[in-house]
Amino acid sequence: MSDLNVDPGADNPEVTEGGELQDGAKDTRLPFEELARSTHTANVLDPTAEPVLEVDNLKMYFPLKSGGLFRRTVGHVQAVDGVSFQVPKGGALGLVGESGCGKSTTGRLITRLYKPTAGALRFGGIDMATVSNKEMKPLRREVQMIFQDPYTSLNPRQNVGAIVGAPLAVHKVVPKDKILGRVQELLEVVGLNPEHYNRYPNEFSGGQRQRIGIARALTLNPKLLVADEPVSALDVSIQAQVINLLQDLQREFDIAFLFIAHDLAVVRHFCPEVAVMYLGKIVEIADRESIYSHAHHPYTQALLSAVPDIKQATLGGRRERIRLEGDVPSPINPPSGCHFRTRCPLAQEICARVEPPLLQIGPRHKVACHFAGELGHHPAEPVTAPLLGVDRQGSPVGGATVGTVPTGPGYDDTWYDVKSKQMVSA
Amino acid sequence: MTVTTQTSPSVVPPGGEEPFLVVDDLTVRFPTEDGLITAVSELSYSVGLGETLGIVGESGSGKSVSSMAVLGLHDARTAQITGSIRVGGTEVIGLGESRMRKLRGNQVSMIFQDALAALHPFYKVGGQLAEAYLVHHPSASKRDARRKAVEMLDRVGIPQPDRRVDDFPHQFSGGMRQRAMIAMGLINDPSLLIADEPTTALDVTVQAQILDLLQDLQREFNSAVIIITHDLGVIAEMADDVLVMYAGRAVEYGPAREILTHPEMPYTWGLLSSVPDVTSDTSARLIPIPGNPPSLLSMPSGCSFHPRCAHRDKVPGDLCTTTVPDLAPGGRGPGHLKRCHLANPDEVYEAEVLPEIAPDVAAGDPGTDVAARPDEES
Repeated sequence: MSDLNVDPGADNPEVTEGGELQDGAKDTRLPFEELARSTHTANVLDPTAEPVLEVDNLKMYFPLKSGGLFRRTVGHVQAVDGVSFQVPKGGALGLVGESGCGKSTTGRLITRLYKPTAGALRFGGIDMATVSNKEMKPLRREVQMIFQDPYTSLNPRQNVGAIVGAPLAVHKVVPKDKILGRVQELLEVVGLNPEHYNRYPNEFSGGQRQRIGIARALTLNPKLLVADEPVSALDVSIQAQVINLLQDLQREFDIAFLFIAHDLAVVRHFCPEVAVMYLGKIVEIADRESIYSHAHHPYTQALLSAVPDIKQATLGGRRERIRLEGDVPSPINPPSGCHFRTRCPLAQEICARVEPPLLQIGPRHKVACHFAGELGHHPAEPVTAPLLGVDRQGSPVGGATVGTVPTGPGYDDTWYDVKSKQMVSA
Repeated sequence: MTVTTQTSPSVVPPGGEEPFLVVDDLTVRFPTEDGLITAVSELSYSVGLGETLGIVGESGSGKSVSSMAVLGLHDARTAQITGSIRVGGTEVIGLGESRMRKLRGNQVSMIFQDALAALHPFYKVGGQLAEAYLVHHPSASKRDARRKAVEMLDRVGIPQPDRRVDDFPHQFSGGMRQRAMIAMGLINDPSLLIADEPTTALDVTVQAQILDLLQDLQREFNSAVIIITHDLGVIAEMADDVLVMYAGRAVEYGPAREILTHPEMPYTWGLLSSVPDVTSDTSARLIPIPGNPPSLLSMPSGCSFHPRCAHRDKVPGDLCTTTVPDLAPGGRGPGHLKRCHLANPDEVYEAEVLPEIAPDVAAGDPGTDVAARPDEES
């Protein structure tokens, strides 16, 4: 790659081409305009795309064992408690939430690193939740994962060629003597020097290691990539390189992403659709504009108001912040009704008695809250009460007609308008 | 919080008192097996009481090394430190260990990034807090120290502090541990608090709580605060002044608002363009800085940022590769220092960079555009 150096003025080439520079710097002398053209703006939603993955009421309860001789099960950690969503083909769904909300467990369920307790994972006509490990093997080609920490997710005793080539050997995709060629091709795709296949992970920087992890995930041409915090361990300037690389790959190979992250700004850039999780459940799922500009759930609003904002500097002062008191409750014994009610400024009697359904309130917007409304315009009466056949305290009303609340993973053509409290359609 | 001390940082404003912390021409070198590395070179800054300085930079840029030098935490036998660090008028470099110990934790204290690693796992949180108090108050009884520990835990917002004081660090959640660290840092009412990435490992909601807490406490104790971070959002919310570091050198220094709205150094532009914003226009681009930070063992000649700089073609000749630019005022007044050869950085930023990374700001009046939520996009 050093031959790309087209700088006539460099009088000290050994230094300027030091080993640190091959990564991502296809040509570090790119003028700014060309550099900018080679990058991407935020990903755009394709509303007509078919779902590549449909997750329906997925649950993962980890058993808690007692300390005694018999190690009886004394309870469960309800890590994921009934989540449903779709990932569109070639698109990206963001999964955000605080640590411990179950977002990483969801990612590991989708790659079947865990076997779910209940629910369905429909992928290409097969329910991945129920298939055996043997039947799962061909499917693993299609669903791959990028891990958070590039320092622990690569085997330090294998060279890059072995790490990236391992999936090819396991799945016997190409004959053994062709593996190296394919590995070099992949290294080139992710912006590494293909001649470095015989180096070990410790010889690479954090950003370069993450590229190796991405190359490994790409080896089998997956249709779906689960990216679990792919950039949070990297330096700021390297984060943008990796995000742009993922966008390049997404466009070139038509890969769908489940993008798990806690950085709301990065998710906003990468994902046209976002799901917000709290204590094992999705509390709000919508397209980018609905989440970031018209969030209806008090938790989403609090999360967004907590993100520090650079633009504040141009205004001075700070944005009004919604302070959440306390910590996330334990998923072993979550609160009754709405899981968020213990920290919610709007919580009332009904929130403790009835769990709010994930209700569709817009063409591509679902929210699970009895008092769903935009910030500062939350209704005084629970909007869900007439649908669920309960009064405003949450007690069942005799003779009330209980409407059916669709709970499937997709979006319907009709939805419940929270302002008029009626079903409307597009 | 005044922002009047941004004249050349090593110069004491005439008629005024010297700021509480003055770092002047600090250079820190470490001998390693591969040769002598210069982790910090010719760094100067100052922080007054009641002010907050934000230090930004990537890993290896020297931001932690420079602030550890303020606390005298480098091994005096190996680290080669030159220059001057004055804390409340006392020269710290070359100060004996016993006198340094009096200063450390008393007048100057530090909050570390990883609270679980920084707290001792075998001792109760209250015991560790009390120890920090007793060291600097030898006449105080153990009961006084415990009372002080409970009081500080209460002050940083830990519920039921009289019970939690007997907990071990592992019984605290991540946010509570960071609060306990802050309580320990503040127990002796220090005049200077150095917070090294205090919120990096925390969730945004907890981060917001901690940042609010730090600001409240600073207002209450009128202390000088240095906050080291790589998150420009945190800088925007917390800092009065910003120091941008790259490869051991200060590359831009000035009031936070000025630096974030009118940055004059391509590295700062790169940092701003590498992070998306939760309220930005969706047509904004995410433009990375190409390449990696240089190795401290083989520093590039001239400006250490030149191998990654996308704007080098705008500088005539081979100035960038041969000469280290001075940290000097640019076109935005004497308070805003930058280390770059570009003659018209403000124009380049507004004409080329801003339209790509914040089209909404570039197109219109930034004040009104930013204030409005981007509702019109939907």
